[in-house]
Amino acid sequence: MDQKVKFPIKGFREGLLVSMGEGNWQNLADELFAQIDGNLEFFKGAKIAINVDERKLKAAEIIKLRDKLADRDVTLFALLSKSAATDAVAETLGLSTRKSDLKSGGSEIPRALHGGESALLIRKTLRSGTSVKFAGDVIVDGDVNPGAEIIASGSIYIWGVLRGTAHAGIDGSGKEIIAALEIESSNLRIANIDYHEPKIKVRIKKKAEKVFIDGENLKIVDWDQHKRLE
Amino acid sequence: MTAKIITVTSGKGGVGKTTATANIAVALAQMGQRVVCLDADIGLRNLDVVLGLENRIVYDLVDVVEGRCRLKQAMIRDKRFDELHLIPAAQTRDKNAVSPSDMMKLGDELREEADWVIIDSPAGIERGFRNAIAPADEILVVTNPDVSAVRDADRIIGLIEAEQKEPAKLIINRMHPEMVQRGDMLDAEDVLELLAIKLIGIVPEDEHVIVSTNVGKPVVLEEKSMAGQAFRNISRRLMGDEVPLLNLEFKDDFLTKLSRIFK
Repeated sequence: MDQKVKFPIKGFREGLLVSMGEGNWQNLADELFAQIDGNLEFFKGAKIAINVDERKLKAAEIIKLRDKLADRDVTLFALLSKSAATDAVAETLGLSTRKSDLKSGGSEIPRALHGGESALLIRKTLRSGTSVKFAGDVIVDGDVNPGAEIIASGSIYIWGVLRGTAHAGIDGSGKEIIAALEIESSNLRIANIDYHEPKIKVRIKKKAEKVFIDGENLKIVDWDQHKRLE
Repeated sequence: MTAKIITVTSGKGGVGKTTATANIAVALAQMGQRVVCLDADIGLRNLDVVLGLENRIVYDLVDVVEGRCRLKQAMIRDKRFDELHLIPAAQTRDKNAVSPSDMMKLGDELREEADWVIIDSPAGIERGFRNAIAPADEILVVTNPDVSAVRDADRIIGLIEAEQKEPAKLIINRMHPEMVQRGDMLDAEDVLELLAIKLIGIVPEDEHVIVSTNVGKPVVLEEKSMAGQAFRNISRRLMGDEVPLLNLEFKDDFLTKLSRIFK
């Protein structure tokens, strides 16, 4: 019998990696389900990662894929893509998006950070468990809660309260800043310098703040007390 | 009228999901509503114990899903309310025995049987959680006023947002008014500022809860219990009534007590 494999499936330490090709998403998904249904014994209980490459997927599409896989007792644990938008959706759904998660070791610097100069605007609060990695500046219209992280090659501006992790200028010049309406976190890093002083939460003062590199250390000052470094 | 499906979840374990589920269900039944409780915590079932129905279990959720019994056969009638039923979880299986679409199918069948379906979710963010929220029309997130429970609640709320469900509502459970006053506990305002979702009730710490769990008689059945009052209020809010929050009632209580002293 001609058991033609439609998708390259590779075995990893944590599970299987399926690479979806080009074409209509619904058709591809149906073919994948058909392939699994034709070999249920093999796939039963499997954990799979799906590589969608450049394709942009909506939350609803990922949810449907995940739930249909779950019906077949297959766990979708990671979604690999080259689209920052798809990555962000997958992250909020609790899926892994890093190829390095599939292998031991691997590059620590996220793939997305090798792009060009641009800014990412996020119009929501980043809740615990969310991770945003971007090559450029990141602007958040909302809070960054404890357990959420932003890793950017540029500066980070938060129009809200920073309570989570912010790492600016990951491969930058050291001139990047982290700014927020309120900084209630000490998980701060610019370039390779960490914030050391314990930050005491002062609730009375409601003033925008920013973090910058001052000599060997990071320093937090009020927004208007320090001119942007040129 | 078809039932509204409500899932009670939390992320962190031990914050009071099962207690909240049982009490909300009983309070709704007290108001004459037809209620079905569904224990989705497969492998770690508890809701039957809290409701005092553990000795009546014959069939469970997995039996229904796998077609070993009809839906009605797995619905255990409560001792106190004829219109309150429980579908227990299987104790000898795990969460993978059921899928999100199984739960949606079951939810749709239950809509015809009741006014309310209240689903008790397992802790965690994995398959069991997704099973529990799949059929939900409304999701209640239970948290305690402590940093770790709040962080897990935040994670869960993010996952619910990502599923493009209706925004979840919050129950803050086990609040110690005295500890808040001393500044030793997060107050409701701190919790709400971080989580930024609608509050549906604050339940005070109450010894009655432990006693009631042990004897299988939900605390809403205790007239004098503050926690019971809080759960009755939550149920009335679910029904659409405007009920003032209990933390305000605390202040009132404190002031009335104070005024009584100074009379």
